[in-house]
Amino acid sequence: MNAPATTSHYPSAPTAQRIETHTLSVLVDNEPGVLARVIGLFSGRGYNIESLTVSETEHQQHLSLITIVTTGTPMVIEQIKNQLDRLVPIHRVVDMTLAGNSIERELAMVKVKGKGENRVEALRLADAFRARVIDATTESFVFEITGKSDKIEQFIGLMLPLGLVEVARTGIAAIRRGPEAL
Amino acid sequence: MTREMTGAEMVIQALADQGVQHLFGYPGGAVLPIYDALFTQNQVRHVLVRHEQGAVHMAEGYARSTGKVGCVLVTSGPGATNAVTGLTDALCDSIPIVCITGQVPTHLIGNDAFQECDTVGITRPCTKHNYLVKRIEDLPRILHEAFHIASSGRPGPVVVDIPKDIQFAKGIYAKPKEFPHTGYQPRLKGDMEKIKEAIDLMAQAKRPVFYTGGGVINSGSAASDLLRELVKLTGFPITSTLMGLGAYPGSGPQWLGMLGMHGTLEANMAMHDCDVMICIGARFDDRITGRLDAFSPGSKKIHVDIDPSSINKNVKIDIGIVGDVAHVLEDMVRLWRTGALQADKKALSMWWTQIDKWRARKSLAYRASKDVIKPQYAIQRLYELTKDRDTYITTEVGQHQMWAAQFYGFNEPKRWMTSGGLGTMGYGLPAAVGVQLAHPEALVIDIAGEASVQMTMQELSTAVQYRLPIKVFILNNGYMGMVRQWQELLHGGRYSESYSEALPDFVKLAEAMHAVGIRCEKPGDLDAAIKEMIDVDRPVLFDCVVDPKENCFPMIPSGRAHNEMLLGGDAEDIEEAITEEGKVMV
Repeated sequence: MNAPATTSHYPSAPTAQRIETHTLSVLVDNEPGVLARVIGLFSGRGYNIESLTVSETEHQQHLSLITIVTTGTPMVIEQIKNQLDRLVPIHRVVDMTLAGNSIERELAMVKVKGKGENRVEALRLADAFRARVIDATTESFVFEITGKSDKIEQFIGLMLPLGLVEVARTGIAAIRRGPEAL
Repeated sequence: MTREMTGAEMVIQALADQGVQHLFGYPGGAVLPIYDALFTQNQVRHVLVRHEQGAVHMAEGYARSTGKVGCVLVTSGPGATNAVTGLTDALCDSIPIVCITGQVPTHLIGNDAFQECDTVGITRPCTKHNYLVKRIEDLPRILHEAFHIASSGRPGPVVVDIPKDIQFAKGIYAKPKEFPHTGYQPRLKGDMEKIKEAIDLMAQAKRPVFYTGGGVINSGSAASDLLRELVKLTGFPITSTLMGLGAYPGSGPQWLGMLGMHGTLEANMAMHDCDVMICIGARFDDRITGRLDAFSPGSKKIHVDIDPSSINKNVKIDIGIVGDVAHVLEDMVRLWRTGALQADKKALSMWWTQIDKWRARKSLAYRASKDVIKPQYAIQRLYELTKDRDTYITTEVGQHQMWAAQFYGFNEPKRWMTSGGLGTMGYGLPAAVGVQLAHPEALVIDIAGEASVQMTMQELSTAVQYRLPIKVFILNNGYMGMVRQWQELLHGGRYSESYSEALPDFVKLAEAMHAVGIRCEKPGDLDAAIKEMIDVDRPVLFDCVVDPKENCFPMIPSGRAHNEMLLGGDAEDIEEAITEEGKVMV
């Protein structure tokens, strides 16, 4: 009957466990308020959203795919999946990170302003990253780049000293390799 | 049946098709078409409440005492926002409710119209699901789906928000055969492999304990019967949460009493020292577990729950079984029987010897008095004088609630209605109205505190209007008792705002509301006064004046583990027992 040393009523702080990043694919009925339900669940229960992408993917059945990148301890990640699964319009929650063989891509549009050597350098780097020029003026470019998030981060980092003005990103879309559907 | 009717008529028709007999509500501009449709029919009986919060609590009492869905009808704006406390309460305690709210006409939505609020936005986090009906074609399907969702899986409240123009619009009504939300498929049968694993673990247990909760009650009478059978077959001790009282009889030989913050010593010690814990339909709430890192450290844990998100939420589970309690218990009983499994008799007998030692400490003991009514004594007398009747108990929230849970013996399920998860003061009186309506011949008692009861006491007027002879048994100590207790134990006896300086004269108040008032101040008069209360065939406010300084024990102080309970005699030590960290917690 020895009293343990700590005095917390609550689970030990999540910092004591490792924090993981997971990508979740959530298939939902595309109906009014469904996104609010998902987002409200995250804010109401104190979960994190690192990235969120939504679009109707099956028009016939009115199904939308929501791709969420979230962080938490393994127990919290399990809770997030279970809590999402509980929502009535949600069909399926698939943890793409656990599945292990998924491909993740993001698209970004990057506006860079500059003249002279900087402009040439930006164009050269864009070429190396396979970014396309989708708009140009005599003093600016808009590049379109797709790839993994870290590749886009790297590209943006390189553009920063060359006159980075603005970035628009889509957030992550994820799909599983191989012939099987979600 | 399929025919053309207005949206308002569809509402009433759908309720009737769902077998709804009583509807708790309050009219207003945005639901007038539905009230008009109510006026011209006699399938659904409307009960006029005094405040929308009361309507939802009545529906909760109705639902919990019958197992049916409770129905509410309120208007837009303040009607809907007043219902929010009740909806949240029903969500926390998994009570099936369908709440229909009026809304301003569709073309005015978003215009800050009179009595407009974003009802679906406000109620999204406090309902299991909600709808805003924008097309008359969707209304029949949504109404029936609302009942399906409220009552299936883990039950909960569902809101259907209907704009006024949709109530007037005409459409074809038909009861739908299937619902488009195909993703909603609650799982009833448990995984057989896991159930087998659980049964094997139980058969090897040396110090087992059943820990059961409100899920057993929600699963229906069959679940309680199966639980009793399994408990008898195995010979294991059983404890329950506040919400689960009555599933196993309080007079049963293997009953340890309630567990948790104000549970018995034997229940909490058994939880702490057990080697196999079988949790059925409970959710490891913080009032139950106390300090998590010291919660039942040496046990393997089995958890049966219909809601997968309850498993592994707070406590790591060894065998998690997703399924309906009755279905899983049926499999467990069958496997235990067909396997001719036997618990380890010798180990079990040693375990019971240990439990009897804890029982002998009599953790619920209190100092009796000849001069002043002790609240525990009042509940004991109430129990003795009502136990042979068809009695239902509701409560408010606070000390009186814990004393009722500790001292009133519940021998049957669905006889105990209390606000467990949300802890809503003001729940008990309206809940009693709902229970009485469902069970007109029964004795329905709201065990109340004088502070809680004032939150919704206008509903006494509803009881009078519908001749519902509810008994409101007020343990009047002049304080918000639980607040006072915490202030005494945690805040140096500084009773900040917890004393009610100006209480009403409850006897006169009852009389003013056309009810009956009874006051009792002496222990010697108590029995006669309670008998008088029972014999009156009208609503009664019973003002039972009790010891104002009595505290509720035993108690697990904040930040402590199950084996660090404080009993009544240890009261002096409490201030020391609660650490600085503990004071931060509620």
